[in-house]
This record gives sequence, structure tokens and C-alpha cells, in this order.
Amino acid sequence: MRRVAVVGVGCTKVGELWDKSLKDLAVESATKALDDAGVERVDFVYVGNAYSQILQSQGNLGSFIVDSLGFNGTPSISIEAADSSGSLAFHEAYKAVKLGWANYVLVVGVEKMSDSTPEEVAKALMACEDQDYVAFTGITQAGLHALVLRLYMERFRIKHEDVAMFTVKAHKNALNNPYAQFKNPLSVEDVLKSPILADPLRLLEYTTIADGSAALILCPLEEAKKITDKPVVEVLGSASATDKFYLPERIDSLTFNATVEAAKKAFQEAKISIDKVDFIETHDNSTIMGVISIEDLGFAEKGRGTTFIVEEKIPINTMGGSKGRGHPIGATGVYQLVETVWQLRGEAGKNQVKDAKIGLTHTLTGIGNLAAVNILGCL
Amino acid sequence: MKPGRLVGIVSYGGYIPIYRVKTSEIARIWGRDGEPLQTEEVAVAAMDEDCVTMAVEAARYALKRAKIDPKEIGAIYVGSESKPYAVKSSGTIVAEAIGASPNITAADFEFACKGGTEALQTCIGLIASGMIKYGLAIGVDTGQAAPSDELEYTVGCGGAAFLVGPKTDETIAYFEASTSYVTDTPDFWRRAERPYPSHARRFTGEPAYFRHVINATKNLMTELGYKPEDFDYVVFHQPNLKFPLRAGLMLGFTRKQLEPGLLIPSLGNAYAGSALLGLVAVLDVAKPGQRILLASYGSGSGSDAFSIVVQNSPYRGNPIPFVSHLLGRKKYIDYAQYVKHRGKIVF
Amino acid sequence: MGMLSAPRYWREIKYRYRLIGSRCLKCGKIYFPRRLVCRVCGSKKLEEYKLSEKGKIETFTVIRRNPPLGYEKNVPYIVAVVRLEEGVNVLSQIVDCSPEEVKIGMPVELTFRKVREDGKEGIIEYGFKFRPTLE
Repeated sequence: MRRVAVVGVGCTKVGELWDKSLKDLAVESATKALDDAGVERVDFVYVGNAYSQILQSQGNLGSFIVDSLGFNGTPSISIEAADSSGSLAFHEAYKAVKLGWANYVLVVGVEKMSDSTPEEVAKALMACEDQDYVAFTGITQAGLHALVLRLYMERFRIKHEDVAMFTVKAHKNALNNPYAQFKNPLSVEDVLKSPILADPLRLLEYTTIADGSAALILCPLEEAKKITDKPVVEVLGSASATDKFYLPERIDSLTFNATVEAAKKAFQEAKISIDKVDFIETHDNSTIMGVISIEDLGFAEKGRGTTFIVEEKIPINTMGGSKGRGHPIGATGVYQLVETVWQLRGEAGKNQVKDAKIGLTHTLTGIGNLAAVNILGCL
Repeated sequence: MKPGRLVGIVSYGGYIPIYRVKTSEIARIWGRDGEPLQTEEVAVAAMDEDCVTMAVEAARYALKRAKIDPKEIGAIYVGSESKPYAVKSSGTIVAEAIGASPNITAADFEFACKGGTEALQTCIGLIASGMIKYGLAIGVDTGQAAPSDELEYTVGCGGAAFLVGPKTDETIAYFEASTSYVTDTPDFWRRAERPYPSHARRFTGEPAYFRHVINATKNLMTELGYKPEDFDYVVFHQPNLKFPLRAGLMLGFTRKQLEPGLLIPSLGNAYAGSALLGLVAVLDVAKPGQRILLASYGSGSGSDAFSIVVQNSPYRGNPIPFVSHLLGRKKYIDYAQYVKHRGKIVF
Repeated sequence: MGMLSAPRYWREIKYRYRLIGSRCLKCGKIYFPRRLVCRVCGSKKLEEYKLSEKGKIETFTVIRRNPPLGYEKNVPYIVAVVRLEEGVNVLSQIVDCSPEEVKIGMPVELTFRKVREDGKEGIIEYGFKFRPTLE
């Protein structure tokens, strides 16, 4: 088993990119990553994408993207796990290099949502939930988050203002991210006055339609040191876990076990303790899931997540997170990893975390029946 | 028509949706403010209700009261003129929803507002002949009226289900006899694939409603040798308030006999559910030994009359709401919400 | 034929109309929706089990924007997690109730309603919803 490094990163802007097709986005980010690594060909391409089959009627993205990059015959696979598609594509790529199956691998997360209507997107976002008993009720993905938000505020007596801080911080960090979807600072009042999506969740507490693509090149750690002068970022741990599929069966505890288990396994593999983490890129496609994830990852006690955010104990979502940078669903996991690499290399610009040595990324699929945690370090 | 064996009402259930629109609100929109109206308010089905859902609610109430195994029901007939599928029996859906399928016969009956009482007659026949053990007869409608038509002030929504079986000491009431009076009289109709019914204005009175209700009732009373005073309650189909009261008067009944079954002022005309809901309201309060006359009316035209004798009061340990309770459970909506509910906004 | 599948709807009819889930014959655990394999003891022997028809609201939301296709006409509508008498939670719309009236802890009971229609030509899908308990 080998040690694995991330040796190249690249991404597109996130937003409603009318001029760019799914193919354009994937080629752009992949090319940037390949150039960043100084690599021309790879052994395997891993694609992370959530909804292209539903929204674009385009399946078989592995072969599609390999061909668009001009890599004749390179094997490829496309991985779908809703919001964790990118993280799991990375995980598979990591495994391949770690176990010696491949030397150079390309991970591309890509999502194209703005060609579709909001109703089509709302329907697609429910694909990661039970169709016959959850989607059937007419609830939207935002509605599922709203159920959790209401129960959480009621159970722990938390003010909505404190939960809304997640968006405020996200937008603040996004201001200094040249690739971010949103460049407008927001106040708590702005967030709480925005239209209601699903009571009590407000529009500005939840991510919106976004296009984007991010990519990484992985290779054995020993190789990385030979081909690049940049600080070498190592993959220390990568894990995922699932939980009960049907939300009502696991909402009572307000603890999302998929995150808890994935984090436990990732920390075990990395052989580090949680206090060594310098910054977190966590899943905040809604404010409340960002808050709860901080708790489930182990950084705060249950019910105390908002205190952690308000007091900014450790930098969170340093380049804007899903809310500020944007959430092109299948690509987000890879964006988080790209941003983590920038931090560890010292390339994060105005949002640079001082002495960043270890970073953690976390994605949650839908309302929590699957989670993925990755830990990267530059030691 | 006298059944060879006596058939009784094992249990029953009524259902009225929660929403109401005040007829004064309808009048406001169409410039009839201040005119006297025959109804105060009418019941309006929710956007996710239709004949099938209301039939299921009524049937479920009837079964809660009855405590029989639904698989013992041999027939389910649903009478309605607003069923959601022109082709696909509502009875199939009701049967599944109450767990009565698949060893059952089912069909939908259409005869304007008397589809429900026909369902009742058919069940009585099947039980009296020994072909089935229990039958479920349902009359239910979501009344339709074209915007601004006079009908808007009287159409309502609702229905009732009757579980009938052989008469026993436990049955709530039994049927002495039934007569029907049917002719080809085009007073009120709806052409296939048209959304709203049409009517021939004042022609719907004397030659239609009155001729058939009065003849059916008279024939029934003659067959059984009864006089008006032999009945404690009289329930007529209620397209408005005037018709049942006048028919009653013409037949020699008193207002006191008619009042308990008159739901139109606060419910509206629930079409195939109208007479049966009136019967439910009466059974809710009737005492053992009392006799009820029920006469429905279906445009096109016909009337089914029944003589029913009460055996037991249903309210001992009654687990389901009375009609009075259902009428009292209400939420008002305005005309805009009303047209949204009734599908008159074209999406 | 429109966007809704008749056979797919038909398979779920009994379970959605009458709120039927599963009970494990080995360990007794009750589930809704039904399962093929018990999550607690791994047994594949589960029988049909009819859940109780009454419960209380644990949490709820009101869908106001971007409803999925087929549900637009119902906006705004309430969706809640209802805790049934057996302690099993079920996700359901709440009807006959305005968004202002719904509360955590509210007692609710089963009702039978239309869920969606496949336009004017396709099938009508019916299923369970819950309404405030008629006292």
C-alpha cells in the first residue's frame, strides 16, 4: 500500500454559466488540473456527477469526458451519490493509487444545472431520497432540511439568528474566492428576511442552482516529490458511511450517523486526533446541516454547533463553502478538496489559514443517508 | 318492491369536507349582494379530495362502527355524477382502500342525484337473494356548477356509505320496501366530456322533481298501506330548500317531519350524497321503533323511495362523528380559493 | 401515457392506501415503509403489519417554493414527520389545516386523499395523508 499525494488541482467558476456545457466545464477543470500537475496523460479517470442523467439526459459520463479530453482508450467510471459524488469519486481514485492499481489518476467533479427549470431541479434533488414514500409526499429537498431545522431549534432552544450565521460567514469568505458564485456580503437580517422556501428555512439559508467543475490529479507520494516544486499534499484518510435511507427513522436524535462513522474511520486511517485539524470544509447546503455536521464530525457537542460557528473556533468553509462558493452538486466534494489543497499549499490568498497543515472535507448526501470524509495534510 | 328476506342497515358513515364558502360571498362576485338566498353556505371539497376520497372516508367510518371483516363485503357500489374516471370504477379504489378486494363485485352507478339510492336497492336485492352477505352502497358527489350559474349557490360536496346485510337484532334499521318511479324527462343533464351540467330552468320543478318524488312516495305508501302520520321522519333529495318542503306539504307531511333531514342550508346539494346524508342525519337521532321515509331524486328522471324502520340507536359507544359534528367542523374560504379548489381556474 | 407509471403506482397501492408496513417475525420490530430484511436481526421473514391510524406531529414544514412537478397546485402544503402510536415515524402531508394552525405535538389521524394526477389524461394517484384529529 502506497502513500498518495494530490499533485494538481483546477476548477471553473461556479454559477449559472450559460455559455458552458457540461463537457466545456469538465474539460476546463481537468485541463487546469493536468497543467497544474505538469501531467499529460493519466491511467484512469474518475468522474463525480449527481444529476446529469436526469437533467441533461446524458449518462456514461466516464467515457464521455475521457473522449472530450482526447484520451484515447483510458478507462473511466462515473460515480453517483448525490452531493457526495465528488468525494466518492476521489475516494475511489485514492484507493486505486494506494493499492497500486494506477499511478496517475484524474478526478473530475462536474454538474450542469442551469439548463433546467427550478421544478425539474427540485424533482432531481429528490432522487437521493426514497421515491415511493418520501418524494411521494411532495416534499422538496429544502423541505427535508426545514424539518430538521425546526426540530433542532425546538429541541435545543437555538435562535434562528445563530443558525443563519452560517450563511453570513459563508458569504464573507466567498468574497475572496475568485471562483465563488456569490460575491455579496449578507447580514443575519438579510438571511432571515429572504423569502421562505419551506417553513422555517429561508431562501438564503439554502444553496441554489449552480454549474461548475473541479478536478484533481493524484499520484504516489514518491512520484509527487519528483514532478512538482509546490508543497506536496498527502491524502491522510478517506472514508464514507451510510445511514438509514428514510429520514423519519433517524430524525429523532438529530445526529447524522453517516457523518459520525465516516469521520471516525477517516481519523483512524489518518492516525491523527481531531484537535490536529486546522480547518474544515464541511457540508452546508443548508445552514442547519452545516451546524449539525460540525457536531457530528466531533468538533462541537450536540446542540452547540452554532456556538462553534459564532465563536469561529476553527476556520470553516474558508472559500465560501457550498453556500458562498456554490454547490454544483456532484462537483462540490472535489471543490472542497481543491480548496483544501490551496490552503495547505499556501495558495489561498486573502482567506489563507495561518500554518495550515491538516484540513478535513465532508460531504453529506441529501438529508444524510450517506456521508464522506477526507483528510489531507501537508506535513 | 318488497325484499324476500328482510335487509337491515348494519352501519353507516357520512362524510362532509371541512371547507365552506358562504353563498353571500358568491353573490358578492356576481353582483347579487343583498338578495335572499336559500342556502347560507355550501361545503367545498379540498383540492386533494374527490368522489373517490370522500367515498373512502364515508366507507371507513361505516366500517369502524360495524367492526366486520371487510373481506365479508360482497359488493361495493358507488353512485355519483362527478366520478374522476369516466372509465375506471370508483368502487375498485374504495374496495382496495378498505381491504375488501378481491372477492367482490363493484361498479359505479350514474343516475344524477339518485345513484346512491340505486346502489342501496341493488345491495338490498343481492342480500335478500342470499347472493352476498354484506353490501356497501355509497352516494357521493363533488357538485359542479358553471361560474355565475344559479347552481353555484346550491351545489355542495359530500356523501354517505351504508353497510347493509340481513336484518338481525343488532342492525340499526331495516328496509320494509322500496319503490322507484322513472321516466324519460330531460330536466337536468350533463353531456359526456362537458364539465358542467345544464338544466331546463323551471321545467326542473313540477314535471321533474315533484312528479317523480311524489309518485314514488305515493306508490310506496299505497303498497305498504301507510299514511303520512305513520312516518316520524321524511328525507327528500334537496336541490334547494323550497322543493323538499313543498313536496312534503303536497304529500301531507309536516315541517317537523322534514327538518331533521334538511341539510341543504349548511351543506348545499351534495347531489348523489344529498338524500343519503339526510338519512344519516336522521339515523343519528332516531329512536327504536320510529319509521323513516326516504325519497331521492335523480334528474333524467327518477325517484327511489324507501320505508325504513329503526331498531337500535347508533350512538351507544359511537366511535365516529355525527353529521352535526361534521357540519360544525368548518373552515371558510373566499371565492378565489373556491374556484381554485373546484378546478375552475384553467392551469 | 404521461409521466407517472401505472404499474409502479399499482405495486404500492395496498401499502399506501391502508398504511401497511412490516413486522419482523423474529424480533418483532415494526417498520414503515415495509422492508424485505430486518435491520435489527437480519431476518428475511417479515409479515405485513397495519400501522395505527393516529399519531402526533414531531416536526413539520410548509412547502412554498419550487414544488416538484405535479404538486404545484397544492402550494402551500404542509409536510410533517408524524409519530404513530407504535412509535414509528412516517412522513406525510397534513391536510384540512392551515400553515398557521399546525404545531409540533398536534394529534393527527389518517385520511385518504389524491396525491397527484398525471395531467388530464393519465392516472390519478391516491394515498395516505394525515389531518387534525376530529375530536
